[in-house]
Amino acid sequence: MIDKSVTSVRDAVADIADGASVMIGGFGTAGMPDELIDALIDRGVGGLTIINNNAGNGEAGVAALIKAGRVRKIICSFPRQHDSHHFDARFRAGEIELELVPQGNLAARIQAAGAGLGAIFTPTGYGTLLAEGKETRRIDGRDYVLEYPIHADFALIKAHCADRWGNLVYRKTARNFGPIMAMAARTAIAQVTQIVPLGAIDPETVVTPGVFVQRVVAVGPANARAAA
Amino acid sequence: MKRLDRDAMAARVARDIPEGAYVNLGIGLPTRVADFLPIDREVILQSENGLIGMGPAPAKGEEDPELINAGKQPVTLLAGGAYFHHADSFAMMRGGHIDICVLGAYQVSVHGDLANWHTGAPGAIPAVGGAMDLAIGAKRTFVMMDLLTRDGQSKLVESCSYPLTGLACVSRVYTDHGVFNVGPGGASVVDMIDGLTLEDLQELTGVPLRLDVDAG
Repeated sequence: MIDKSVTSVRDAVADIADGASVMIGGFGTAGMPDELIDALIDRGVGGLTIINNNAGNGEAGVAALIKAGRVRKIICSFPRQHDSHHFDARFRAGEIELELVPQGNLAARIQAAGAGLGAIFTPTGYGTLLAEGKETRRIDGRDYVLEYPIHADFALIKAHCADRWGNLVYRKTARNFGPIMAMAARTAIAQVTQIVPLGAIDPETVVTPGVFVQRVVAVGPANARAAA
Repeated sequence: MKRLDRDAMAARVARDIPEGAYVNLGIGLPTRVADFLPIDREVILQSENGLIGMGPAPAKGEEDPELINAGKQPVTLLAGGAYFHHADSFAMMRGGHIDICVLGAYQVSVHGDLANWHTGAPGAIPAVGGAMDLAIGAKRTFVMMDLLTRDGQSKLVESCSYPLTGLACVSRVYTDHGVFNVGPGGASVVDMIDGLTLEDLQELTGVPLRLDVDAG
């Protein structure tokens, strides 16, 4: 019997090692898997490469991971915000490497990894600092930049509901990077509000089919932390 | 001469957004355009973080931390709206499915180059977000900005000195002094506030301008 559910967030992240690359879902705090991140912090591993849209907001989630000094490099589109003080301090101290990627290229590169593509040609960023030194090509009169997929060892994402096969449905704009990160990581771990019996999720509404998900863990009310 | 305030600029942009348009409003000043879209005009707002058919801010106490806009503020979803993941969201932009996007800017060149993500100042931490995708992806990219910096420098320029967001991507610039078309043929004035002349604008901006005779 296939059962991807694990009983605790601690067990869910138990094999994430020093130096791992970890995609973390979320746009700001919406969709941020805080409980999985807390478990990762408790594990004590460091030297991580984090892929997220931002570089932490406030004190929880990615911000807490950065504050704890566990992040060696971050790949993101929008690090600097009014509440990104933990990243700002570590970046200015030279303690964290930043790879800045336009948001759509970030999504496309993650999706390319999940889809098994070798690279993509994207029009975004052409002629800008963020495409400097990169291969370009003119296709049908338009200029494109060659960008490579972003793979990761793990993805930590937040969904609303799962079953034991790993099928996922999300909630509102907490979906954001979850579905594509689940595809792109070798091991995708989803924290959800509820694990329901097989067949309880209408197959027409499954957003991430379980084939892309390796572990699911239930963590209680969806908004408990985000609302805090 | 009375320069347009932020609300008047937003209202001016809203006037040019037609019924049926799919629109992305950038964070900051452009967000205000939504407040000036007439109720009887059906315009569909997309937000990069995965929603289309975005509605106004919720009533106090009704905020949902999992229903936010690109500026991470709480919003609502209208009947007919939808949620989707990030790859689909940026396919909407890059794939040319969004009719108009409205962005802020540090500088716009008369040829439509845009600089709005990085001042290049030493020590500045850059953040690009979806700006580069939006700028080049939408069918038409509007910019909304003050014409001059605080110390009187024109932000409409011959060539951008700040790092570029996109090349030749802006078609129209809405400012507190007037509205300009930009593109391969250079800049032209669509309209200007009372009391200004073409010569005044020319002097303020230092770039070649002509009156846009075709503009309605």
